Amino acid sequence: MPVNYYIFVAIALFCIGITGVLTRRNAIIIFMCIEIMLNAVNLLLVAFSKMHYASHLITPGAGGANGTDGQLFVFFIMVVAAAEVSVGLAIIVMLYRNTHSTDVNFLNRLKN
Amino acid sequence: MNATQGLFWFLSALAIGSALMVVTSKNLVYSVLYLIVTFFAISGHYILLNAQFLAIVNLIVYAGAIMVLFLFVIMLMNLNTETEAQRKRWLKFAGAIAGGCLLLVMVATLKRADYKSYTAQTSQGDIGLINNLGMALFKEYVVPFEISSILFLSAMVGAVVIGKRD
Repeated sequence: MPVNYYIFVAIALFCIGITGVLTRRNAIIIFMCIEIMLNAVNLLLVAFSKMHYASHLITPGAGGANGTDGQLFVFFIMVVAAAEVSVGLAIIVMLYRNTHSTDVNFLNRLKN
Repeated sequence: MNATQGLFWFLSALAIGSALMVVTSKNLVYSVLYLIVTFFAISGHYILLNAQFLAIVNLIVYAGAIMVLFLFVIMLMNLNTETEAQRKRWLKFAGAIAGGCLLLVMVATLKRADYKSYTAQTSQGDIGLINNLGMALFKEYVVPFEISSILFLSAMVGAVVIGKRD
């Protein structure tokens, strides 16, 4: 597949994630939209990795990446996302315990 | 249109459509279920790109672990849709306009770029197999790999400390 199709799909998913973060007030939905954005970037990284691998096969030894790095970056992004979700959901549970809601606007009490 | 292209369009439409449903659906549990559909579609994309290791890791980590965590938290809180606070209507509208403008700008920028000769290799190439990725992971990336285990340990301790009732 031409790589621009993958670019446009990833852009569409990323913008849906951003729109969700901007339009919803529930903290859990905002978290899920962040996951959508991370997955859009992962998809783009894998597509570029395969693109670099294809050009590496045509001209081997020309230097540059052979595509392994991109896929390992995706792996590390997944690792960090899993750690982030565990801590973030603990914070949301704490917020719910104190305010009986998951509305992010209650977090403006932190400023006093 | 061959089978690869057909699968690509099907998976893309599935991913984008269910991502839209995540944002727009009122019920939180439906949002989580649509998000699982999105992750399955993205895993399908990985399999189409022959990145089999990442496809399986995506299913295990995202659809298996993270989404179960989300469902547990939602069911623990017993949230219902009537009490969910909504943003003001004009704020929602402004958010949608802002996201749409970002989409428009990025598509318009990238539409004229010259990448007709670059293609992502589908359903061939052995770069995404566990053999190659494991060799690279434990040779060149062994230090970040070990650091990520420390990150997990600290995340676990942090989650327990934050969630503890005192």
